[in-house]
Amino acid sequence: MKRSIAVFLQGLVIENPLAIIMIGLCSALAVTTSVANGIGMSLAMTFVIVASELIISAFRKLIPESVRIPIFIIIIAAFTTMVDLVMKAYFPDLSKAMGVFIPLIVVNCIIMGRVEAFASKEPVPHAVLDALGMGLGYTWVLVGMSVVRELLGNGTILGIQVLPESYQPILFFVLPPGGFLVFALFISLNLFLKKKWLESPLGCPDPEGGN
Amino acid sequence: MPVALKIFIAAVLINNIILMRFIGLCPYIGMSTDVKQSIGMGFAVTFVMVLASTATWTLYNLVLDPLGLEFLQILVFILIIASLVQLVEFYLKKAAPALYMSMGIYLPLITTNCAILAVTFDNITYGHSFFESIVYSVGVALGFMLAMIILAGLRTRVRTSAIPAFLRGNPILFVLSSLVAVSFMGFAGLIK
Repeated sequence: MKRSIAVFLQGLVIENPLAIIMIGLCSALAVTTSVANGIGMSLAMTFVIVASELIISAFRKLIPESVRIPIFIIIIAAFTTMVDLVMKAYFPDLSKAMGVFIPLIVVNCIIMGRVEAFASKEPVPHAVLDALGMGLGYTWVLVGMSVVRELLGNGTILGIQVLPESYQPILFFVLPPGGFLVFALFISLNLFLKKKWLESPLGCPDPEGGN
Repeated sequence: MPVALKIFIAAVLINNIILMRFIGLCPYIGMSTDVKQSIGMGFAVTFVMVLASTATWTLYNLVLDPLGLEFLQILVFILIIASLVQLVEFYLKKAAPALYMSMGIYLPLITTNCAILAVTFDNITYGHSFFESIVYSVGVALGFMLAMIILAGLRTRVRTSAIPAFLRGNPILFVLSSLVAVSFMGFAGLIK
């Protein structure tokens, strides 16, 4: 039980895929210009990672060691295609706004990394928890960044005017350089949270420690 | 200005794949520790990008499109790129060991590099002709190399500078990238 919680929690801060391991960055910086995009991308990504880890973990004993990478890629690509087609059909505007970044989920290193390092060795429940943790870790950084960028760069959140009309939007934040700057601050924030977490009485739930 | 030249300049400077479109950030941050390594990675990316564009463009326009199989695009492209890189690696190892030594270590990393896949999708989305797609992929790859060399150069400066404690380590790299991206925005009006 304790291990399940540890597996779930490590993706949030300690092993945050974006801010600590620094993988899967492309989509995170590109789509966070508006909160709607950030949420859409997080959902798409979380779906693909959970589904891929679930399937791969369930079939881990049947997948031959030597051809595992191509098999992983095909499974991930299949789920990505599903997300891509669903988005195109039901959310055409969102799909257009994110453009090439939905198909690019297939080469997102977060998924490949977790599948290779975790799902291919662990039972299904742990794999799903790990996927949810990683998905949530991805989501909070993405949604957080998009809130900051849309609020400062446009004065709105989800398209609703939040700041007073007199506020002059700082266009910088929705342009590419703003993405880099906001991300730098989020890495910094996450490092700070990690330090606090490890010092706190919660201590360090060691996911490798098989409790 | 001829169309091909416009595509080239837009790909290298105006829509720089890393600084303006955030594609291929992982190698940009991970591999840019020194200038020499950046150049090696840059050439390997150029090589694979052109090869992948050629292969996927041909396959899409001669096989997938006529048969109405466009929905298989993602699956087919990633498999083509992965197997192509593997083949090239085998060939280089046998035929040109010297080249393999300088470029080979980067090849496996490139297989799952989003930049390669993004370029092949771009070629289809923008409806490039065969020649245009080659020009485009060379341009994107050179833009990639340029950004990496700039960051590698900046990193050597950062090592000896006094940085605020909360930005030490990775955050400062993104602050630097942000500043470089600001300067690249100046290219925006370069072609009409």
